[in-house]
Amino acid sequence: MADTIHFSLVSPERELFSGQVKQVDAPGAEGEFGVLPQHAPFMTTLKPGVVRIHEESGVTPVFVRGGFADVTPAGLTILAEEAIRLADVDVAALEQEIEDARSDANDPGNEDRRAAAADRLAYLEALRAAL
Amino acid sequence: MASLKELRERIATVKSTQKITKALQVVATAKLKRAQEAAVAAKPYASRMSAVIANLAASATDGSGPKLIAGTGGDKVHLLVIMTAERGLCGGFNSNIAKMARGEIRRLMAEGKEVKILTVGKKGRDALRRQFGAMIVEHIEMRGVKVGGDIAKTIADKITTRFENGEFDVATLISSKFENVLTQTPTLAQLIPAKAPEDAPVIDLEGASYIYEPSEEEILETLLPRYLSTVVLAALLETEAGFQGAQMTAMDNATRNAGDLISSLNLTYNRARQAQITTELIEIIAGAEAL
Repeated sequence: MADTIHFSLVSPERELFSGQVKQVDAPGAEGEFGVLPQHAPFMTTLKPGVVRIHEESGVTPVFVRGGFADVTPAGLTILAEEAIRLADVDVAALEQEIEDARSDANDPGNEDRRAAAADRLAYLEALRAAL
Repeated sequence: MASLKELRERIATVKSTQKITKALQVVATAKLKRAQEAAVAAKPYASRMSAVIANLAASATDGSGPKLIAGTGGDKVHLLVIMTAERGLCGGFNSNIAKMARGEIRRLMAEGKEVKILTVGKKGRDALRRQFGAMIVEHIEMRGVKVGGDIAKTIADKITTRFENGEFDVATLISSKFENVLTQTPTLAQLIPAKAPEDAPVIDLEGASYIYEPSEEEILETLLPRYLSTVVLAALLETEAGFQGAQMTAMDNATRNAGDLISSLNLTYNRARQAQITTELIEIIAGAEAL
């Protein structure tokens, strides 16, 4: 039995990870789940949260904002709407962004923009909570 | 024969044109690199997405699936989404796309279908407006718009809304595929009903069947609109990269042409000047001899 599984994590902008891993934990819409080698074919939507990639060398946490996970015999693929390695998060910049999003969200005027900013704010706050 | 003054002015004109083409070429080269990287970086997501859709579409062929995959059952009204660059000066880039679009429109009309057009990018609309103006139902301006997920989603939403309102049965995207810097080929891709590209890898489930969480329908419902915007985004990025590549090549040629023209004009100018001097000398000598 193979003791590793192929995993790739892609966001629309780039491919964040691709390679053989021991295990992946992901935040499914109906609960966190772990994927080990020989997992049954499985597809789920993801909620914002942390994906943990277990490799020989250690665990890498990556924050994803929604998306899909697709497990097949060929491996696991996560299509994230947005993804960032927790190690790459710039805390000061994040605080600033939260501040900006908050003021945008409370800005009367364009209804669409306010909704978008509120959405963004929720994402950023979830990201900060994950740190 | 043009006078010396005319020649001088002509040379000055060509020189300033050359400066412009040279500047455009440099700008395009710089932008190309970034556009190309963006297009390449977006590929894994798009291809994975196609694979997932191909998988799902295979299990939804009985016509029971969501409309975006199964279609409306008819193919009477076609929507062509024609994506071109916003600007010109890029050789045959835009006109090749327009040419393909024209061919497709004629083919559909010959088959008795109704055609509606949605143009993205100014040049496509300009090229088709005169002949097929009445068919253009919407135009999306790309001037000053940052190519990215937001605009892709806007376009995809517009298409989906029209589909849900029953305005068309089949949607096809005509855009440019970025092969490399020198080659951009116009391509046709069916958007609705969603059809995975033929080269999408088929996943062998080894006899097992998928477990869906939440239900298959709910996943499809969220996945399909996203698939559509992914396809649109990939096309936008490739169009952008292709445009910069085409512009770079076109401007490189134009700069070289201007250089050739300048040297040939210079030659003519020098000859004319020489001839004038000779004539003047002969006149002076002839005058002196007559005395």
